Amino acid sequence: MTTNEIIQIVLFFGIGIALTPILGRFMFKVYTGEKTWLHPVLQPVEKLVYWATGIDPAEEMTWLRYLWAVVLMTTVGFASLMAILMTQKWLPFNPAGQDNLSWHLAFNTAWSFTCNADWQSYSGEAVMSYFSQTIGLSVHQFISGAAGLAILVAVGRALKRASVKTIGNFWVDLTRGTIYIVIPLSILWAIPLAWQGVPQAWQNYATAKLVEPYTTSVPKLDDKGNAITKSVPKTDDKGQAVKDDKGQPVMVDQPVMVDQKVDEQIIPVGPVASFESCKQLFTNGGGWFGVNSAHPLENPTPLANFLELLAIIIVPMAQVFMFGLLVGNVKHAWCIFAVMLGLYVASFGVAWWAEVQPNPVTDNIVPHMEGKEQREGVMNSVLWGISATAIDNGSVNSMHDSWMPLAGLMPMWNILVGEIEFGGIGCGMYCMLFHILITVFIAGLMIGRTPEYLGKKLDAWCATWAVIGVLLPNAACLIPTAMSVVMDAGTSSMANQGPHGLSEVLYAFGEAANNNGSAFAGLNANTPWYDVALGVAIIIGRFAPIAAALAIVGRLASKKTVEPSAGTLPTHGWTFGLTLTGVIIIVAALTFFPALCLGPFIEHGLMLAGRTF
Amino acid sequence: MSTSFKINYSSLIRQAVIDSFKKLHPRDEIKNLVMFVVWLGSILTTLWLFKDCSRFNVQICLWLWFTCLFANFAEAMAEGRGKAHADELRKMRTKTVAKKLVNGKEVSVPSSELKIGDRVVCTPGDLVPADGEVVEGIATVDESAITGESAPVVRESGGDRSAVTGGTRVTSDRIVVRVTAEEGNSFLDRMIAMIEGARRQLTPNEIALNIVLVSLTALFIVVVLALPPMALFNEKAAGQTDVVLTSLPVLLALIVCLIPTTIGGLLSAIGIAGIDRLMRRNVLATSGRAVEAAGDVDVLLLDKTGTITLGNRQATEFIPAPGVALDVLADAAQLASLADETPEGRSIVTLAKEKFNLRGRDVAGPLVKFVPFSAQTRMSGVDLAAHDGKAARQIRKGADASVRAWVESHGGLYVNEVVAAVEKISRAGGTPLVVAENENVLGVILLKDIVKGGIKERFAQLRTMGIRTVMITGDNPLTAAAIAAEAGVDDFIAQAKPEDKLARIRQEQSGGKLIAMIGDGTNDAPSLAQADVGVAMNSGTQAAREAGNMVDLDSNPTKLIEVVEIGKQLLMTRGALTTFSIANDVSKYFAIIPAMFGILYATKPGGVGPLDKMNIMYLHSPESAILSAVIFNALIIVALIPLALKGVKYQPLGAAVILRKNMLIYGVGGIIVPFIFIKLIDVLLVAVHLAP
Repeated sequence: MTTNEIIQIVLFFGIGIALTPILGRFMFKVYTGEKTWLHPVLQPVEKLVYWATGIDPAEEMTWLRYLWAVVLMTTVGFASLMAILMTQKWLPFNPAGQDNLSWHLAFNTAWSFTCNADWQSYSGEAVMSYFSQTIGLSVHQFISGAAGLAILVAVGRALKRASVKTIGNFWVDLTRGTIYIVIPLSILWAIPLAWQGVPQAWQNYATAKLVEPYTTSVPKLDDKGNAITKSVPKTDDKGQAVKDDKGQPVMVDQPVMVDQKVDEQIIPVGPVASFESCKQLFTNGGGWFGVNSAHPLENPTPLANFLELLAIIIVPMAQVFMFGLLVGNVKHAWCIFAVMLGLYVASFGVAWWAEVQPNPVTDNIVPHMEGKEQREGVMNSVLWGISATAIDNGSVNSMHDSWMPLAGLMPMWNILVGEIEFGGIGCGMYCMLFHILITVFIAGLMIGRTPEYLGKKLDAWCATWAVIGVLLPNAACLIPTAMSVVMDAGTSSMANQGPHGLSEVLYAFGEAANNNGSAFAGLNANTPWYDVALGVAIIIGRFAPIAAALAIVGRLASKKTVEPSAGTLPTHGWTFGLTLTGVIIIVAALTFFPALCLGPFIEHGLMLAGRTF
Repeated sequence: MSTSFKINYSSLIRQAVIDSFKKLHPRDEIKNLVMFVVWLGSILTTLWLFKDCSRFNVQICLWLWFTCLFANFAEAMAEGRGKAHADELRKMRTKTVAKKLVNGKEVSVPSSELKIGDRVVCTPGDLVPADGEVVEGIATVDESAITGESAPVVRESGGDRSAVTGGTRVTSDRIVVRVTAEEGNSFLDRMIAMIEGARRQLTPNEIALNIVLVSLTALFIVVVLALPPMALFNEKAAGQTDVVLTSLPVLLALIVCLIPTTIGGLLSAIGIAGIDRLMRRNVLATSGRAVEAAGDVDVLLLDKTGTITLGNRQATEFIPAPGVALDVLADAAQLASLADETPEGRSIVTLAKEKFNLRGRDVAGPLVKFVPFSAQTRMSGVDLAAHDGKAARQIRKGADASVRAWVESHGGLYVNEVVAAVEKISRAGGTPLVVAENENVLGVILLKDIVKGGIKERFAQLRTMGIRTVMITGDNPLTAAAIAAEAGVDDFIAQAKPEDKLARIRQEQSGGKLIAMIGDGTNDAPSLAQADVGVAMNSGTQAAREAGNMVDLDSNPTKLIEVVEIGKQLLMTRGALTTFSIANDVSKYFAIIPAMFGILYATKPGGVGPLDKMNIMYLHSPESAILSAVIFNALIIVALIPLALKGVKYQPLGAAVILRKNMLIYGVGGIIVPFIFIKLIDVLLVAVHLAP
């Protein structure tokens, strides 16, 4: 722990917290239609959008109609994106001549981006055309983020209302968020990133001569481009020839290798800076390049790294404050903020500690640099990994798969608790709402009253949807994980067996069901099984919480608000904060403890005994 | 208030044991989904015994059945008390022979043939054959059968003590009762229906809690069913065979340990026990919903008289007009009140007697004419005819304005000092009664409300619980404000009419508040019906008793506060046991996970793998670990039955303080306690060789 690192950490959290009330209040004003300093310039645009689309900004929607609008927009977005991805070969802006995507990859990717998960079963530079990346994917990075915020706004607004059936207008919330928040912030962030060296270009991939040409062996190909193979005896781990029942050596086909001199490199570029700022700001995380922000062109300098890190947290932090203003209880918001921050910082602390422990398998050499970028170092890699999983971002600047088992456990833990340590923009807070309601429910009973939240009595309807909001994503993670480890289609994609393989799969489904998009790496997810299963998990992870949140607040908006009294459970202060923290940990721990035991915990134990997978 | 109704515990327990077996019927088990899962698990493990009848499996199977039985037992225990009470009441309903008055003659008819309006005679030793109203005579009646109060009460014709209840026993004198309810519709029938039928519907909170519990159950089933594939995957990677314990009984044991069986098994017992606790305080609730609502009450509407103040106003002081001797005033006041049977009137007589040694004198006779109080004159008094050389006297006492009018109509002067005294008394919260003789004002009697001792502290406690108190009184605003300040209520309604009460309830409810009130009169009925918790007094009218959702057999207005406390206790018990139940799971994981997977990745036969480190309780063997967890899970239900029946301790504290306390006891305690007991059970199991 160096001074430099501490300064970075303090600056990171300090700036994030300092910006929270400022940005939070700005967002509150935007959504409540108050004038901001951007209005003189952008209000005409907002009006133009309403005029062009025929939206009546004064129209109000019930929760069901609001939900329907979200579903409609996402589904149309999905269909159009899937169409683009499956036809990109024939579409413009494809200088690298990328082929069409397979149906399953297109299915997975389209849901993933329209649902703000941004899980990538592919490497962007290898399969995506510029058209797909910008018109296809980038649009959804904006809109899915704005949709998440819109839903949170509807939730906050509805909680403040009493005895009405409507909760606002989705199209208005979406438009305002996009025009006043998403686009201006993206531009604001893209400029310094471009200045730091992130490309913003539309030309074809560049080709560079290598300073040090090298030779590598590649499979020899025949005229048709197929690898030429020869038959050789199969050997086991120890180099012994494997014999069949009759004592004959077992033969396997092996490719014939030839040497190839490499003296030039293709460098993929593109309009990366704008894509990048949006990817970081609105908890998307889907990178332009396959290795995401570990790529030097996506994340070139320490300053760029810091800015991109900061971009992860500012809007998610601010959403909590905005929620407080919307419901008219800022104290409550700061209490939630503290709980989120506490869990976040704790997971960072554990991961960083674990990451600097000696590893007997690698002769106790520290720091562990496998899977990390030299220019980022351990602290920044860990802080990024934790931030991008605590907050539903999912981008990476190191490979979590290479972290120490207990360090790698923390991003997984952050994902499995449900993406609520600030979480995704919008969804982090409304997912937190379910935990708050469960807490209020149990704590409320314990003080001898029918549970109340913000002056509204909670009934069976609220309890039902709150548990659906929490438990469905958990089930959508556990069930396919268990299926994957017994199906050939599941196990054949794993780079590792045993606990590490299990971790890879659990992580993948965890992030999908919580719409994170982070990847543990090591799992080849671009297969029909994983593409489809992860896609379905993403759908459940997106819509179960949205439907639950809207259903709950739709109900609460129609109820009377009761003024708090001394007998009401206070939803601020350390008692409530600790209880909420306890509920979050217990729910996640009880659900995932067995799976985590068989994954990271066993792996950790084995690693200490000198065994890896 | 103490009930004479005795419970025979040994027969109660015997009955509960029998019932807990009867309740194994699927029809009963399906009502509680959490326990239904346990029940299914028990059946599956029993079937599994045909495949593998190992000692371990037999024990698991037995303990799963015990878990079901213990939960049934808890419910049966809670129900038993109410059932016993209802049976007791039902015995009283057995037909008696009534002495019906037909044309002035007593005719014996079975009580079941009595019709509304019939008149029956009751003499000492008789059971009152039906609900009715005393129309003739006065008698003492033993009502202990329904109220539990052993001291007989007086029932007399006219006034508000005329109601008698069928099944009670006349202990002295002779009364004639007019029947007001026919068989099947009597108060006793309604009581029995209340006691037995209170469990018919789940309360809103129970439904919500059930949903949470069932969802958790579903989640844990998914969690456990997802385990074998992951474990087998690891087993394969470890190159081991048959080292993970994933047999059906083990998985079912794990499911049963994880799902919230503690609260699931005790949930209905808690609800029944809440109603039962009310019953033991002689309050009958028509539904569990009403009890629950009591815990949520935000505002208590309390009648001043009888609840906040002692009975009625009492005379405490005589204030003479200038030039009038104090004893003259006292004498006149006493004379005017001798025939006044109201409590105020009596208190005037008493005060004059105590302070001035003025004896009540024989005032009967042709010379004396009492003037009763009437709504028109708003005065009462006495006219003494001239006799023995004494001039005729007309003495009146009454409200300020009426006496003034009377005095002035007689040509007298209403002196300023009296006006001043009246104002002073009113401002201080007293009630002034002006006394005048002929055309002279003699002075003022101060009538004061005596606030009950300890009531102020009670209201302060309620305030910390977030409950506001509103006093209802017919007094003028000045008087009301003074008493309100003295008693420490939060608000008051002065000069209240029944409509005002109703309006106030509606107004508070429109703000989302829950209101409780207690009432007895027919004009209270609409308010009782409108209030979220309406407690009718047993002594009250039939209309009031039917409008409320609770009946207080003691007719004690202060009872409302206890009702609220019981409601809160009920909710708290549910919350506490839910927290405890979920917190317990942590230790069960630490017992069962290492047991199932402890030798995964063991490097040598007989060795242990990395997950064995999680066996932090050092349980002896996988079998003993799993058994200990299952046994703990079953026994904790029995251990908590007393708590479920008694309710968690209730203290009038602020919400945050209560939460902190209960979280510490049931949350943190719920995590720690099972570690200790699972270890103890493990040691015991090994000691008696039930597990290796």
